[in-house]
Amino acid sequence: MLPRPTTHSKALGPGVAGPELAVATSAVLDRPPQPIAHLPLSGAQPCAVDPAVLGDPRQHTKYPYVTGTSVMAIKYKDGVLVGCDTLGAYGTTKRYKSTQRIYRVNSKCVVAAGGEISDFQYISNLLDELTTEDYRIDDGLELTPQEVHSYLCRVMYNRRNKFDPLWNSLVVGGMQDSQPFLGMVGMVGTHYTDSHVTTGFANQLARPLFRERQQDDMSEEDALQLMYDALKVCYYRDKVSINKFQIAKVTKETGASISEPFALDMRWDYKLFAQPTKWAVGAW
Amino acid sequence: MDVSRGASHAEAAPSTGTTIVACTYKGGVVFGADGRVSIGNYIMNRASNKIAPLSDYIFLCRSGSAPDTQIISDNVRHYLHQASAESGEEPSVLMAANLVRLLNYNNKDHLVGAMLVVGWDKHAGGQLYGVPISGTLAKEKWAIDGSGSSYIWGYCDSEFKEDMTRAEAENWVKEALALAMTRDASSGGTIRMYTLDDAGVHYTYIPGDQVPQFMGDLPFPTGGPVGAVLGSAGREGGMVIG
Repeated sequence: MLPRPTTHSKALGPGVAGPELAVATSAVLDRPPQPIAHLPLSGAQPCAVDPAVLGDPRQHTKYPYVTGTSVMAIKYKDGVLVGCDTLGAYGTTKRYKSTQRIYRVNSKCVVAAGGEISDFQYISNLLDELTTEDYRIDDGLELTPQEVHSYLCRVMYNRRNKFDPLWNSLVVGGMQDSQPFLGMVGMVGTHYTDSHVTTGFANQLARPLFRERQQDDMSEEDALQLMYDALKVCYYRDKVSINKFQIAKVTKETGASISEPFALDMRWDYKLFAQPTKWAVGAW
Repeated sequence: MDVSRGASHAEAAPSTGTTIVACTYKGGVVFGADGRVSIGNYIMNRASNKIAPLSDYIFLCRSGSAPDTQIISDNVRHYLHQASAESGEEPSVLMAANLVRLLNYNNKDHLVGAMLVVGWDKHAGGQLYGVPISGTLAKEKWAIDGSGSSYIWGYCDSEFKEDMTRAEAENWVKEALALAMTRDASSGGTIRMYTLDDAGVHYTYIPGDQVPQFMGDLPFPTGGPVGAVLGSAGREGGMVIG
């Protein structure tokens, strides 16, 4: 006879509440096997890998090493702004403080990335090959951001299908036929376009600010202020970030340009910060 | 798709991924800590106080699991308070260090607290004891702990000198903390520093924008409106923002 739990408190002792009580009865154990969506009834492995791949001596990217954190981007009246910090982190070590995570494709388009920096440098190389080809052909036509977005989506998806993803969250921003364009491509090939786009921590921290304040017809001054606020909140609350940012601006008139790294002033002068535990000794 | 898919913030326990630094000098002891508490990659508190008083002249610098070190400090503060009530004297630093150490040792399988017990008493002046995880007690001339300490062993080893003056010791602690905070993502924010000598307790608070910065960082813009920007127009195609 199991002891009757009167509360869910484990302080009452072991075996009174908790997962130990979830003992399968014979009715459960002797049930005929139910089909499960991701597992075949035969009991075989759910995912069969081409044996030729298993013998492949190349390393497949399983986890990122040197990473960039959030990227955030918004449309405004004249174009798009794309912002991120310049940190290449090595786990939780802030190792490289001058990594450029925004790549200028051409006068109409920039690509920014969070995630593995080496994979982003590889992607920048691919894009460089495309723009060099454009330059060589010299017919006045440049890659549009929508073409870059589609191309990158195909690249990411095909790598994912080979179980060797490029470990990045990419943001593509630019001017498409005189209209601002903003799109995102993830490491498995998920892609979409929107008026504001974020990766990493900015998803949680900056997106609410964008939802509230971003308008497609906002002025550049408002857009910049919104971007600063978004960059600031990501720096306050993302531990793998530094106070050194770059913003890329793409408009019809000025083309695509990436700013020099700059710092933002942060608020550290809250009175309570000076003695936070004065009335709560031992807390933090 | 989100790159931070491994950063399980929901499951990660709050940890004082931290830097704590302490050293004795001729006349007392100086110690300090950063201010960052994180859950996964999220900074839960950017101005936390990782130095808990155990008595009027004895302090605990905390690193490791935040709740574990907090409960240890609460318990030891209680015991020391009782002991000093019974003896009528200020408790000794060695007693405090032993109490912390015993809690760590007897609950070795459950507690993850790496702490420094620092204080001043009339028997032996300024003293510093390291109490790492698993309950060792180590009396030291200087000690560092926490995740950020990995980055400053070189600095501490090469710059520490015996019998420094108070100003030299405070500078050593502040530089060590700033150097750790600039490279360890789990440390950062504010610096809180204490100096204990026979005159009493002196507290210094350094807000985040006054922490020393190094090559690779940009200085915090001073004054100016919110959103003030530092940087210069530069290369071809570059521009000044704002």
